[in-house]
Amino acid sequence: MSAEMPPPAGATRADPARIEPVPGVAKPDPILIATDLRRAFGGLKAVDVDRLEVQRGWITSMIGPNGAGKTTLFNVLTGFDKPQEGHWHLNGGALVGIPSFRVARRGMVRTFQLTKSLARLTVVENMLVAAKDQTGEGFFGALLGRWHATERRNEERAMASLEQFGLAHMADQYAGSLSGGQRKLLEMARALMVEPELVMLDEPTAGVNPALTQSLLGHITGLRDRGMSVVFIEHDMDVVQEISDWVVCLSQGRIIAEGPPRVVARNPAVIDAYLGTHHGEEPDG
Amino acid sequence: MTARARFLAAAAAGVLLALFAAGPAAAQAGGESIRGTLEVIDGRDRTPVEGAAVVVSTTDGTEIGRDESDAAGDWEVPVPGPGTYRVELDTDTLPEGVALTDPDRRVLPEVQAREGRATPVRFALGPGVTSDTGTWDRVSGLVLIGLKFGAIIALSAIGLSLVFGVTGLVNFAHGDIVTMGAAIAFFFNASTLGPGWHIALAAVPAILLTAAFGGGLELGLWGPLRRRGTSLIAMLVVSIGLSFVIRYLILVVFEGLPRPYLDYVVQREITFLGISTVPKNLWIIGITLVVLGGVGLFLLRTKLGTAMRAVADNPDLAESSGIDVDRVVLVTWVIGAGLAALGGVFFGISEQVQWDMGFKILLLIFAAVILGGLGTAFGAMIGGFTIGVAVEVSTLWLPVEFKTVVALAILIVMLLVRPQGLLGARERIG
Amino acid sequence: MDWLKILIDAGRAAVGVPAAAYALSSIGLNLQFGYTGLLNFGHVAFMLVGAYGMAITADAGAPLWLGIPVGIAAAAVLGLLLGIPTLRLRADYLAIVTIAAGEILRLLARSSFAEPLTNGVFGIQAFAGAFYDINPIPDGQYGIGRFRFDERTLWVMLVAWTLVVLAALLIRRLTRSPWGRVIRAIREDEDAARSLGKNVFSYKLQSLVIGGAVGATAGMVLAINQQNVAPDDWLPLLTFYSFTIVIIGGPGRLWGPVVGSVIFWFLFVLLDGFMNGAVAQGWFGDLLTSTDVGPIRFALLGVALMLLMIFRPQGIFGSREEMLIDVR
Repeated sequence: MSAEMPPPAGATRADPARIEPVPGVAKPDPILIATDLRRAFGGLKAVDVDRLEVQRGWITSMIGPNGAGKTTLFNVLTGFDKPQEGHWHLNGGALVGIPSFRVARRGMVRTFQLTKSLARLTVVENMLVAAKDQTGEGFFGALLGRWHATERRNEERAMASLEQFGLAHMADQYAGSLSGGQRKLLEMARALMVEPELVMLDEPTAGVNPALTQSLLGHITGLRDRGMSVVFIEHDMDVVQEISDWVVCLSQGRIIAEGPPRVVARNPAVIDAYLGTHHGEEPDG
Repeated sequence: MTARARFLAAAAAGVLLALFAAGPAAAQAGGESIRGTLEVIDGRDRTPVEGAAVVVSTTDGTEIGRDESDAAGDWEVPVPGPGTYRVELDTDTLPEGVALTDPDRRVLPEVQAREGRATPVRFALGPGVTSDTGTWDRVSGLVLIGLKFGAIIALSAIGLSLVFGVTGLVNFAHGDIVTMGAAIAFFFNASTLGPGWHIALAAVPAILLTAAFGGGLELGLWGPLRRRGTSLIAMLVVSIGLSFVIRYLILVVFEGLPRPYLDYVVQREITFLGISTVPKNLWIIGITLVVLGGVGLFLLRTKLGTAMRAVADNPDLAESSGIDVDRVVLVTWVIGAGLAALGGVFFGISEQVQWDMGFKILLLIFAAVILGGLGTAFGAMIGGFTIGVAVEVSTLWLPVEFKTVVALAILIVMLLVRPQGLLGARERIG
Repeated sequence: MDWLKILIDAGRAAVGVPAAAYALSSIGLNLQFGYTGLLNFGHVAFMLVGAYGMAITADAGAPLWLGIPVGIAAAAVLGLLLGIPTLRLRADYLAIVTIAAGEILRLLARSSFAEPLTNGVFGIQAFAGAFYDINPIPDGQYGIGRFRFDERTLWVMLVAWTLVVLAALLIRRLTRSPWGRVIRAIREDEDAARSLGKNVFSYKLQSLVIGGAVGATAGMVLAINQQNVAPDDWLPLLTFYSFTIVIIGGPGRLWGPVVGSVIFWFLFVLLDGFMNGAVAQGWFGDLLTSTDVGPIRFALLGVALMLLMIFRPQGIFGSREEMLIDVR
């Protein structure tokens, strides 16, 4: 455990190398802390986490074989599923019993493994629906009609974001007519419109061609550079090695290892857990 | 004739005319009355009952008139105008050895007198003794009737619950499948166009044909729709459309008036475990328990039954373990429809056959499956009996018209407290 | 077979008061089902509550116009009662509860228990005098040949269709706003909407209540037209008409319910006239009598609804592009 004072926010980021790579280790400035989280389906323990701390400003990747409980953990943390027991806090605020939409409003936004683009809304509408503080979204606000100024501002922000993601030329097309990769980009851009502090990405590169993958990775590191914290579930070890600051490995609902990417990759328990899947190759370095 | 004679003749004629006009009951006056024929029906024999009194009052209890049945068993009470009246059979005036087959129907609280007509009303009488009923007798009697009603609901509900379990579809046409069973049995039993079989025999084609219809629906409608990826919501709307089609076609063929089967209409009261009831109630409960036991064994012990439960639990997992999901779904539909038909036949025996009888108990069926848990057959059984008893026993305190409200209240409370029902799985409810 | 009469009757039905009333009720249902994806199988309950709310208020001696907010408030309460237990659950639960509500309210209105309030089976009559008193149209018949209406009917038609336009404009304002966008997002994918911070339950409830309130005004229009509010006028059939109309016009399309209602009533009365004529002329021999025409019509309606839902769920005017998108 680091014996130094946590670095002031906005200054140098915490150094992953200085933190002991042990499951459940405390972080200098955690944005998310979860303790004693248990979620079982009948007799099957899907999530069985004693402690997890996510460091602010890092890209943390979550790995583990299929069925390890990664998506279930995501669902529990973001309010889409209820655990049998456990506590978790975002920026110190307790999240037990908080419904998913409120969790999103508090700054923890998630994407889905199977992309949920709002098919019969246009691309720009997808973005606009995510924008916060639009009084026109309330019934009386809509009736009174005073929402146009905010709408214009949101549209500008949306178009700028779409430019960055290379989707601006499709702004007025139905989201349902986009390709799979484009929908992934849209979902990420849309999540950003909510101005989250912590972005939870569920397999952002699944089913995306290699060229687009590089673009996506660039966006993910871009999030970190803008001060957001990212947790993402990933199966592609190259991707994990390339952009993660920290890696957490789950197996059968438990955290079996965490630490910097190279440390975790060499961890025998991690290799054991992956034995039998073609992702079990040892990376270089 | 002298003027005076002519005047007297005219006056006499006038008086005679007035007498004739006023003659056959002042029913001629406004034209409205309530009438009936009291007779004991034993199998196919009919014996008129003379000297029994029927009292007609307004709905708040003010007596309007009464009449005693004549030698032909006929009685008629004129009423001041069209409207709702309370008609009561004064059981004290029944002769020895004659009693109402259903003591609950001694008072008919809402008879509608139609404009300009004599509205017929039927008190079903049978050989028997009317006993004094104390509160315990009343409660236990109601519980028994509730169990009978619950048996009918349970039989009808299993199909709905199982179909939901294996396909995710809530079939809004299910009530009309119940009616179909009752109506087909009617054709084979009481219809003038049919062979006139005993109802126990007529039930067989009713169950088989309805079961085949259920299978046909799956093969020709639901299966293809599912494979084409039709959304669940679209299928629910289709099921409502289907319910209208079936219901109104039955109306065309069967017509609007409720009609009873030829057998078991009125029965002598017997005593069972200290409760006074009629045999058909006991038979319905008994046969249903046997059938439900059979269904339970089928689900728990046979390969097909276990496959059905597996598909209901987790269709993807079931498919990957090699279960032929389509076949399982087909069997579910066939069994579900067959059970519903049996429920319909029992319902018809218990009351009468009517074109919308199934739709009327659809609400109760829904309450039963939600109480027991959408997707489980055992839940439907428990839910069915519970709703039946609750609804009947509630009449001790609430007016009879509130029966369906009681069921709905139970349904809503369940949704608030435990939406997956007593035996259902939480994950399936969204 | 008097074809001209059949056509004219159908034409009169297409612009008459029932067509307007059902356009109104379908506008409400369209918001719930077409825009939000809610399965309200008991829309007739809202209509009944609006009609009775108005009639009971007028019957109790209050001015007729006061019955309007009373009916609307009652519909809002009904929407809350039905929505709160069910809108967090699967779509089917709302369907079950609404279909139950429709029947139960009808049975309650019929019952001797509620008779002091609702006058039981016979319902409330002669409460709409105030409405006809303010009819500005001079006495007489208006129209061409047999296509004509008297001044009373014309007055109700005028008011009813005006209400239709107003309701459509209200829905337009709502659905073209950010509120409407959230509603459409909920229809597409509730979880996605939640992940973006939207309180899905609250929006669904609002949609149910607003749609129900519009449905209540439809009930009031019918009540004023018939000058009679009786329980057996409010059968599940009415929800069924509204559903068919919504789907014909295209769910989620603004003027769909209006166009759908006109088309529906035209065809419905046309079919009725044709079938009655055919039966009278013995085309069906002994198989069908005139009392069968009604039920057969409804059965055909059921078939039409099924076919529409299976083959053309976007309605007659739905856009092809929307259909090309793979909607789950």
